[in-house]
Amino acid sequence: MAQASSINKSRVQHHFMNAEQQFSSSKLGMWLFLFTEIMFFGGLFVAYIIYRSWNPELFTMAATQLDTMLGAVNTVVLIGSSLTIALAIRSAQLNDTKKIFYYLLSTIALATVFLVIKYFEYTAKFDVGILPGAMYTFEGIDHPKANIFFSIYYMMTGLHGLHVLIGIGLMLWLLVRVKAGDYSSEYYTPVEMTGLYWHIVDIIWIFLFPLMYLID
Amino acid sequence: MEQASLNAKKLKVRYFDIDENPSEHYLNAEKGLKSWLLTVDHKRIGLMYLASVILFFFVGGVLAVVLRTELFTPTENLMNADTYNRIFTLHGAIMVFLFIIPSIPAALGNFLLPMMLGAKDVAFPRLNLASFYIYSVGAIFALISLAVNPIDTGWTFYTPYSIQTGSAVILITLGVFIMGFSSILTGMNFIVTIHKLRAPGLTWGKLPLFIWAMYATSIIQVLATPVLAITLGLLIMERFLGIGIFDPALGGDPVLYQHFFWFYSHPAVYIMIVPAFGVISEVISTFSRKTIFGYWAIAMSSLAIAFIGSLVWGHHMFVSGQSELSTVVFSFLTFFVGIPTGIKIFNWLATMYKGSIDMKTPMLYAMIFLFLFTIGGVTGIMLGAISVNVHLHDTYYVVAHFHYVMMGGTVMAFLAGIHFWWPKMTGKMYSEFWGRIAAVIIFIGFNVTFLPQFIMGSQGMPRRYFNYIEQFQSMHQLSTIGSYLLGIGFLIIGAYLLHSLFRGEKASSNPFGSRTLDWMTSSPPAHHNFNYTPVVYNGPYDFHKPIADFTIGIAGSDEHHGHGETVKADKAEA
Amino acid sequence: MEYLTNFFLPSAESTYATQVDALFHFINIVSLILLVGITFAIVYFSIKYRRKSQEDTTPVITHNTTLEVTWTVIPLILILIVFGWGFKDFVEMRTPPGDAYEVHVTAYSFGWDFEYPNGVVSANTLYVPEQTPIRLLMRARENDVLHSFFVPQFRLKQDLIPNRVTTAWFEAKRTGEFVYFCTEYCGAGHSIMNGLVKVLSQEDFDAWLEEEAGRDLDALPLAELGRITFTSAGCAGCHSLDGSSRVGPTFQGLYMAERQFTDGTSRIADEEYLLESIIYPQRQINVGYPNNMPTFYGDTLSERELAGLVEFIKELQ
Repeated sequence: MAQASSINKSRVQHHFMNAEQQFSSSKLGMWLFLFTEIMFFGGLFVAYIIYRSWNPELFTMAATQLDTMLGAVNTVVLIGSSLTIALAIRSAQLNDTKKIFYYLLSTIALATVFLVIKYFEYTAKFDVGILPGAMYTFEGIDHPKANIFFSIYYMMTGLHGLHVLIGIGLMLWLLVRVKAGDYSSEYYTPVEMTGLYWHIVDIIWIFLFPLMYLID
Repeated sequence: MEQASLNAKKLKVRYFDIDENPSEHYLNAEKGLKSWLLTVDHKRIGLMYLASVILFFFVGGVLAVVLRTELFTPTENLMNADTYNRIFTLHGAIMVFLFIIPSIPAALGNFLLPMMLGAKDVAFPRLNLASFYIYSVGAIFALISLAVNPIDTGWTFYTPYSIQTGSAVILITLGVFIMGFSSILTGMNFIVTIHKLRAPGLTWGKLPLFIWAMYATSIIQVLATPVLAITLGLLIMERFLGIGIFDPALGGDPVLYQHFFWFYSHPAVYIMIVPAFGVISEVISTFSRKTIFGYWAIAMSSLAIAFIGSLVWGHHMFVSGQSELSTVVFSFLTFFVGIPTGIKIFNWLATMYKGSIDMKTPMLYAMIFLFLFTIGGVTGIMLGAISVNVHLHDTYYVVAHFHYVMMGGTVMAFLAGIHFWWPKMTGKMYSEFWGRIAAVIIFIGFNVTFLPQFIMGSQGMPRRYFNYIEQFQSMHQLSTIGSYLLGIGFLIIGAYLLHSLFRGEKASSNPFGSRTLDWMTSSPPAHHNFNYTPVVYNGPYDFHKPIADFTIGIAGSDEHHGHGETVKADKAEA
Repeated sequence: MEYLTNFFLPSAESTYATQVDALFHFINIVSLILLVGITFAIVYFSIKYRRKSQEDTTPVITHNTTLEVTWTVIPLILILIVFGWGFKDFVEMRTPPGDAYEVHVTAYSFGWDFEYPNGVVSANTLYVPEQTPIRLLMRARENDVLHSFFVPQFRLKQDLIPNRVTTAWFEAKRTGEFVYFCTEYCGAGHSIMNGLVKVLSQEDFDAWLEEEAGRDLDALPLAELGRITFTSAGCAGCHSLDGSSRVGPTFQGLYMAERQFTDGTSRIADEEYLLESIIYPQRQINVGYPNNMPTFYGDTLSERELAGLVEFIKELQ
């Protein structure tokens, strides 16, 4: 990392020898954290796989109730947001503080669009009685375990939505610190870490979209 | 890039003397309650964990004695069945989630890991403090559930009972869920610390075996705990929204819950026992004053156990209704955990061979560990055999087996560790006489408590029984008497350790003659662990070299050097 | 020797029990040899190599390939034997002969129903003929929790799950009475959810089955019907007849006694109260008892059975 070579002493905590060691520690820590995130979602993916292998016909039937169009739009939106946050990191490397700010802002905007679309998807389902588990009253799917498909759907997309929300929170905090002039090409670890986090949120959606919406 | 190119540098090092009478150390460097509550010093955080786990061990222990007293007679004598069920659940949940999982990793691990690496702290000190507070918040949730409506599901929270019962399941599972994150963050912190913050010269092959054990443990924590979190999250949602994934009444599958639960909770058994292996390696080599036998075998067997241990969860479910094929596969894999475990025991014995064995209290506990853990291990093989397991599953045999592993193994190693590092942590010595007396009482009490449970278990006494048929009464009474003996043993420990804390003799920096870095600083250690930057030339168990060879380093602490690169330097005489 | 085996295991009463026991004893003996060896080494080393002076030195022994291979390979062989042996017996324990006699088992909190091919249902006691393979088709009642059927003397155990059928089989070697337990924790009555397996000779079993099938419940006096319902509906799981307190209050002396409720009210246990607390057990909770009685008795019991239970309780003065 180019940034590490010129040492910004004030940023190095007492127990690190130098900025390089500090940065590589942060990065390893972040990767481990992302790994736990994958295990966390992994549990839900396993539940999905098991129920799908038990009830393949249910999943085909139930997927027709999901709006593929909105799902596809959301996929594009999230991929776009991954691009903008990558550009934000690039701007940090180039020491262009103004651009970090605008790219972060557009990432937040895209994330918000994602959530708004998700909100309309959810409410449309709530209106016809597609609610998780015990509250499920929809009669359009002729299968005794239809409620479980939607429980899994709500759990997975809900947990993912929560991660998007947390991501927005992180980026708002980054915005404040960018404004305060805390980041430069010498030190932008939090921007890079948030970027890594945002990519994983994006990747999880890229798995969720075909698994939920595109079954036939 | 100057620093990165230092890999093959020459370091100017010299011998250092250790201050045997430090006037300033981590305990008095800062004063006041705030300096403890907001500390980012790993040693203080370790001590706060230690205090918490001892508190919860006490609570869980009292509950155990209450349970044993109730079981003195076949029918009700202290409480009704409902209360009994709540108490055995709390005993299990508190001992597993609040005591044993954080016991060695979080308490001893936090204190020792950076010192053994020659580092000033863990990689993320603030995250470390946050982990402690996350643990505390989880513990508070568990305690609130105790006050509201104590849970009665057993510590495994099996569905659908946990969905139907009226007790406060959400509160306690939320508590465990939160504590899980503390465990994950601690594991992450340790992995990064081991990778990035090793002292110059401290290559992977020179790491103390406690570090290898902590490394394996941390990997399991990072791998498996998220799955527990999502499982308990789903259980909470099950009660909250009725999502039905685990609830047969809504079309879900309770056996799936068991798979999810044990996917974490079986590896969690290794989160509990692998750190104990680390402690035992340190104690046996030090008190035998001998190079450890089979360094790589012990180090790698920890990783092997972590790996194989992640694939055997289904052996908790041989009669649960899972498919026969899975039962056979899980049984087959289960036996392979026995091999690396056996290797460790034989290596420790070989370490004692031709050693110079000093039977001090920590060594006494290590011996007790070897005996009891061997019994725990071989009865594990018994339970792995499918046909026999069908008979023994969910009987007292299983109860006795896991107490031999968890208490005979982990708790004995924890006691060995506390006695071993007590002088380092507090700067005080304890009474060796009372230490040995207590160890003997605990050894006898433990066997009187749990040996009868093997017998009544194989005779068919089911676990979690409030009433039992009269045939089992004499065994139950023996077991109850043993538990009182155990209680007395622990009270004696509490008494002499408290005495040591206030009136104990001053401890020297290295009273037992160890060679690892944690002893190469004053007792108690300096605020930032070392008054010099340690540089490592020798192995952690090179007992044939003089101790002075292990206190080599660079003056000051601002020198730039990276993580554990090979050091090519001439030793300058001090 | 027999005393020793009986000390560890209950008598082996099913056809496959003896094989299971053989493996149990094999592992115990190997383990004992191992444990004695290790203990001897610990004690011997700590005496022979005890520290004589503070200046003691020790040889540097880092490894010994022969030794390490030995203590890896021998245990490996042993575990493969144990696995293969356990696997072989497990296959037998899970494979019922084709002509097995089938009994349907339903478990609920807190009791058992055993239904025979001719429709007879026995509550909490399983009757089987000797020397006949018996196949159990087991499930927990709908909306109930997990249970597990464990007969120590048969070395038989299997969990029961709501909405799913699990199976097990055994063949009893001789007539007699053998205790069974519930071994999957299921709540307040878990430890009293046990009963007997009565193994009869083929003739006795046939006679019993015929008598049960021929019994005309409608002709019985109400109190007599109540006595039968008390066992068959599973009341006995939680309520005693001898004044002792189980999960629920005893039925002895219950009639016309004053009951205290958790909401602070009280009431005399007259006929109306008795009937109401069977059908709507959650309306008034007795002080000192959990609110966990099933609410389906109003649906599952006939009018006559309900009236019979009330009459039966009235007689228990």
